[in-house]
Amino acid sequence: MGHDTAEWVFVAIVIAVLCYVGVDSWMIQKEVEDVPADAEIIKVTGQQWYWSFEHPNGTKEVNTLHLKVNHAYKFEIYSRDVMHSFNIPDWVVFEDAVPGHTNHAWFAPNEVGTYPIQCREYCGLLHYNMRGSLVVEPNT
Amino acid sequence: MVLELQKPRPVWQIMFSTHHTDVGYLYLVFGITFLFMGGVLAMIIRTHLFFPGQNVLVSDSATFNRIFTVHGLTMLFLFALPVANGIGNILVPIMVRYKDMAYPKLNAIAFWMNPVGAALLWLGFADTTWVSYAPYSIIRAPGPAADMFIFGMKILGISSILSSINFVVTVLKCKHPDLPLRRVPLFAWSMLTVSLMTIVAMPTYAAALIMMLTDRLGLSGFFNPFAGGDPIAYLHLFWFTFHPEVYIFLLPAIGMMYEIIPRFSRKPLYSQASGVFAFVMLGIIGFASWGHHMYSTGMDFTTKVVFMIGTLAAVPASGMHVFNFLATMWGGRIRFAAPMKFAVGGIALFFSAGAGGVLNSAMPLDFISHGTYWVVGHMHLFLIGTIGFGFVAMIYYMFPYVTGRMYNEKWASAHFVLMFWGTVQTFFTQHLLGLEGMPRRVYDYPTDFTSWTQLNQISTVGAWLIGASFVIFLASLIYYSAKGKPANMDDPWGIGGKYYYPVSAKNPHGGHSGY
Repeated sequence: MGHDTAEWVFVAIVIAVLCYVGVDSWMIQKEVEDVPADAEIIKVTGQQWYWSFEHPNGTKEVNTLHLKVNHAYKFEIYSRDVMHSFNIPDWVVFEDAVPGHTNHAWFAPNEVGTYPIQCREYCGLLHYNMRGSLVVEPNT
Repeated sequence: MVLELQKPRPVWQIMFSTHHTDVGYLYLVFGITFLFMGGVLAMIIRTHLFFPGQNVLVSDSATFNRIFTVHGLTMLFLFALPVANGIGNILVPIMVRYKDMAYPKLNAIAFWMNPVGAALLWLGFADTTWVSYAPYSIIRAPGPAADMFIFGMKILGISSILSSINFVVTVLKCKHPDLPLRRVPLFAWSMLTVSLMTIVAMPTYAAALIMMLTDRLGLSGFFNPFAGGDPIAYLHLFWFTFHPEVYIFLLPAIGMMYEIIPRFSRKPLYSQASGVFAFVMLGIIGFASWGHHMYSTGMDFTTKVVFMIGTLAAVPASGMHVFNFLATMWGGRIRFAAPMKFAVGGIALFFSAGAGGVLNSAMPLDFISHGTYWVVGHMHLFLIGTIGFGFVAMIYYMFPYVTGRMYNEKWASAHFVLMFWGTVQTFFTQHLLGLEGMPRRVYDYPTDFTSWTQLNQISTVGAWLIGASFVIFLASLIYYSAKGKPANMDDPWGIGGKYYYPVSAKNPHGGHSGY
């Protein structure tokens, strides 16, 4: 094969690094996808070009989502027309809204504040402006 | 026509020729023309994003969306594929010691489908993005632009299958009997690998395009969720073709670096066998990773793991190429003439882009980077950093061969410095922009986050540098092909050894090809 020791060592190092990346991602992703049992379900619907939210008690909001701090929330993500992608960059919440499918993502914000919500999958004319905000309120 | 100035021939003779060098020149001129057309679109995009909240250059998002769609399509299908095919057409028959491509007429037909496809893409100016995800492309994208996009891509796809068949037959059936396959130069190996990959991958997309067309006409509902279909099916069909296609764009550039690096290091290649092995491995494993474009579509955990492993498995083969290049250069008396500068710059950026790719494929990190400017920076590092640098290196390398004259080394150095600096500044910055959360494919962005504005402006200045470097490139190509000093055709760079190809390419239609 024309390989010599240097090349084998090089390939072995590369493979070792990749194994580390693979195993570590596997473990972290497993943890990330483990939704707490008490997570409150928020229905998220994307459509050209805004987000609407529905709380378990039936409260509906458009583009601004109010949540409580130190609470786990599970998003059920739908789309009414084309593909969108529900994204809260500061909390690494990211999952596509695909028409005909229900996708999930969860998080538990532990800091009070206002964070941007955006669409991260091209969805047409006003994709750039399909923005909302998440308001994490203190637990009173 | 700047080509063949030493012994000019009427343009129509080149246009209607079926000889492999003529078809190769046509591909090259076509590809370089569209490089500049796509480049102008890129400059418009970046300049527009320099000024958030203002309508500089582009006054509405509809036009902006069309501009980045056509920019992507142009650079991939009207620049990268034609230039690889052009250089392949000129060199592969010579490398396998055959008089022409296996099917010369088919070769010319495959080329002449390109202008038709290009016309459809540019006159349509669709807004579907180059990936044209369903259901947007079916239920919302305005016609006739989207329909012209479908037919344009269809024609380009068929053209690419035809030229691939030609390359496969040329290498496998027409090579000289004294030349064992494993001794065939690595550039020809890269063209063989990508041609086989195209033949396997492309029909899937061709089918998806037809399904998309009938969906758009309302005759079917394959990908239309409102007619019982599933948009995820389109994503699978699309990425099954276009993840391997990533390697189809990439490998010819790697093959070109294999031509240049040993010559300018004045050393034999470190290992031909490991190069061949790495090409074949990439050609096979490239088909095992398409799902990493779809982690966030609701894929279950196991599927994600499978595609992550498939993606990571392609990395050692890419690493072997880098190792092969470095080991070849190690201890060599390296001459940093323009082709070598660009080849080495390309390797550095290839390594950076590959390292970023490993991070992308790690599932949890993908949820941070996917759909952001990180991805834009990442794939441009491959497309400009590796493919662009490889092609430019090869164009400088073939310049004396094609024109019989020498380019100016000082201007080529200026081109290199500006292009390398610009690429790093533009696309490394875009990685950071992605980590800050800026989505890709946006017409405008809020000014609330100062880091977005600053990083965008840094990135835009980098893009202007790249633009300036290509102005130098174009001016050099035109000026020095007419007025350059006659090249020493045995050894244009004075590096010893042989400047390989000149004598063997005889063109029956016009005496010599090239000089």
